[in-house]
Amino acid sequence: MSLLLQEVSDRAQQLGVPFNVHLDLTYRCNEKCVHCYLDHEDHGEMTTIEIKRLLKEMADAGVFMLTLSGGEIFLRRDFFEILDYGRELTFCLKLKTNAVLIREAQASRLRDIGVASIQVSIYSHRPEIHDAITRIPGSLERSINAIRFLKSQGLKVIIANVLMTGNMRDIHAVRKLAEQLGVECTLDPTVTPMMDGDRSTLNLNAGESALRDLFRDEAFGGNADCAPPLPPDESVMESLPCSAGHTSCYISPYGEFYPCVQFPLSCGNVRRQPFLDIWRNSERLKEVRSIRLRDLSSCSQCVHGSSCTRCPGLAYMEGNMRGPSTQDCEKSFARTGIPSANLLARKVTPPAPRLIQIQLVPVIAGSRLATVSAAAGAD
Amino acid sequence: MTKQLYVARSPRIAARMLGEEMLVMSAQGSTLFTLNPTATVLWQNADGATPLDQIVESKICRAFEVTPDVALHDAEALAEDLAKHGILLISEQPISNTNSPEPERR
Repeated sequence: MSLLLQEVSDRAQQLGVPFNVHLDLTYRCNEKCVHCYLDHEDHGEMTTIEIKRLLKEMADAGVFMLTLSGGEIFLRRDFFEILDYGRELTFCLKLKTNAVLIREAQASRLRDIGVASIQVSIYSHRPEIHDAITRIPGSLERSINAIRFLKSQGLKVIIANVLMTGNMRDIHAVRKLAEQLGVECTLDPTVTPMMDGDRSTLNLNAGESALRDLFRDEAFGGNADCAPPLPPDESVMESLPCSAGHTSCYISPYGEFYPCVQFPLSCGNVRRQPFLDIWRNSERLKEVRSIRLRDLSSCSQCVHGSSCTRCPGLAYMEGNMRGPSTQDCEKSFARTGIPSANLLARKVTPPAPRLIQIQLVPVIAGSRLATVSAAAGAD
Repeated sequence: MTKQLYVARSPRIAARMLGEEMLVMSAQGSTLFTLNPTATVLWQNADGATPLDQIVESKICRAFEVTPDVALHDAEALAEDLAKHGILLISEQPISNTNSPEPERR
């Protein structure tokens, strides 16, 4: 995150503004990815009118960054109507898609609307691997063609890969593919539980040795000399776990309001209650906001307390939003070789670590004007 | 006689008031700008129909207690800077077909 964006995000937090919203327009999908955490049946998506009303409420509440995702967003027949309205309301629009349905016409329209970025899921450079993960023959070719269409329109594209047992040998080739296509690339070793709590997808996580290698792989921003962790000091004890519920939130296709897409604690439903009313008055959201590191019984005593990327949502899905996220404990162990307080208490040998976010972001020179401040690459 | 300039918000930008600041992000280059109060007034009144000198006289001079000549000179320079980054349009003719309603203050 750029310094300016961090400053703006801090300001949003001080003002209590929901700066960043992730809205899933549908859970339906034209791919059937083995690691997906969603139920793809349509259980009653919000209508066009409901979504437009929600967008207006969000704009009025001060939402700036709006990520539209799914499911596959292009399966909604009203997708461009929604996107046009989002542009009219001057959101910073970001999309997540498998891009299978994007052709020249769609790419051109996205350019005209002024979408800030399009994240496309690519799991391998080899069709036999990618298509086996999506379970749709020909999906890799169509997604790559779509990336070319999007690039030809001058749009910013980000390839999003997920580290799994089935594709762990291809991560460097995917990165090279991204370079050849002239796009950015992210790699997320997080295979999360399904939103209904089913944890069987976690078996797809790559092993501990793969994650340890990744942490030391300079091509992915890793560093062989991972410093030993420092115990948390007073300022860390007062720090916030993450932005979930503080400056960001998630809305499902059915209107459910969660702190984050990975934090399925329902705080209300925008079909029954105005967005800003939930944001300001939900008791559950207030509880999420109240949590500091010092309130976490295990993590506040852990040597990784100041460096851990503990996800409150994953902790919640483990059963306690004030508890540890074992997936993050395993990650800290892979990075440093030192077990967390949680792992020591459970006397477990860490299995495959799971949660990190490594992003390859090219450095772009920022512009600064005499009367305005600017920061490039504001993701 | 100096030609009149018209300014309009670009139709492909993101913008939102955050407190007293205006955030603007151009789709072109994903560059985030925060506008100071003077630039914010210019931005909010860039409707494509009102000449820049009128915006300066009626909005900027009144709000910031600055003389019209100085303010217009600065506003023209600012408008050109914003135009270079694709977040403002400048023309010697009125500009139509810009998208956005003025972003609301939060």
